[in-house]
Amino acid sequence: MNAAGSPVDGVPSVVAIVLSLLVAAWALVAALRHRPPDRVQLIGLAVLELVLLGLAVLAGVALTGGEQPGEPGAFFGYLVTLLCLPPLAAVLARMEPTRWGSAIVCAVCLVTPVVVVRLQQTWQVLGG
Amino acid sequence: MAELRTERPTRTNAGPGRLLIAVYLLFAIAATSRAGLQILTRFDEAPLAYLLSALAAVVYIVAAVGLARAGHAGRRVALACCTAELVGVLGVGAFSLARPDLFPDETVWSGFGSGYGYIPLVLPVLGLAWLWFTRARG
Repeated sequence: MNAAGSPVDGVPSVVAIVLSLLVAAWALVAALRHRPPDRVQLIGLAVLELVLLGLAVLAGVALTGGEQPGEPGAFFGYLVTLLCLPPLAAVLARMEPTRWGSAIVCAVCLVTPVVVVRLQQTWQVLGG
Repeated sequence: MAELRTERPTRTNAGPGRLLIAVYLLFAIAATSRAGLQILTRFDEAPLAYLLSALAAVVYIVAAVGLARAGHAGRRVALACCTAELVGVLGVGAFSLARPDLFPDETVWSGFGSGYGYIPLVLPVLGLAWLWFTRARG
């Protein structure tokens, strides 16, 4: 493993995971309190999407620099899925302005960190 | 949107049902992309596992659509899909433990869905429970 390492490891992905879990916790509290998705959840999803886009840009930069993910197919599959998750949560949350909308935001924000970790694993396979 | 709430919901695509649909959608995406990739890149390695992944993907998609469409037909479709899932996850789960040689690679349903936090096992039960909970009062 060289010093540059994987573009999807490090600070941006940690920020994405922590932020996602924070939004999930916030949404869970809202769901338990019978609250529909609020501004904080939607802004949290937007910021999360920006961080994930940043992650995608970092991966793109690494690719143009000649690096390769271990499993390219799976890597790009996870990357595209990852980028779709916050918008999906936002759309479904707007469709369901009840406590269950908050529950949807919570569920999606619990899945996002898993996908980030899978993304890291699919980059690494060959890189180790 | 005004809430026309009776004492018990009868639509499968509102309230908790929408959360269920969201989780079904996530699994539809996960299973579809996984199966698609496996079949396109290395079908020869584990054809049975990959075909089962594809079947699971289709069932998740149809179940999500059935729950989302609601109505009579939607309910029947969702009922069939949830039953198929439950049978699938139990059957494949048991088979993957009894005959691991048949499953050199994982499917969504291997080990009763252990690779996905056992959600594939819980999901059809929740789906059936939700269909029962929202049944029309006879």
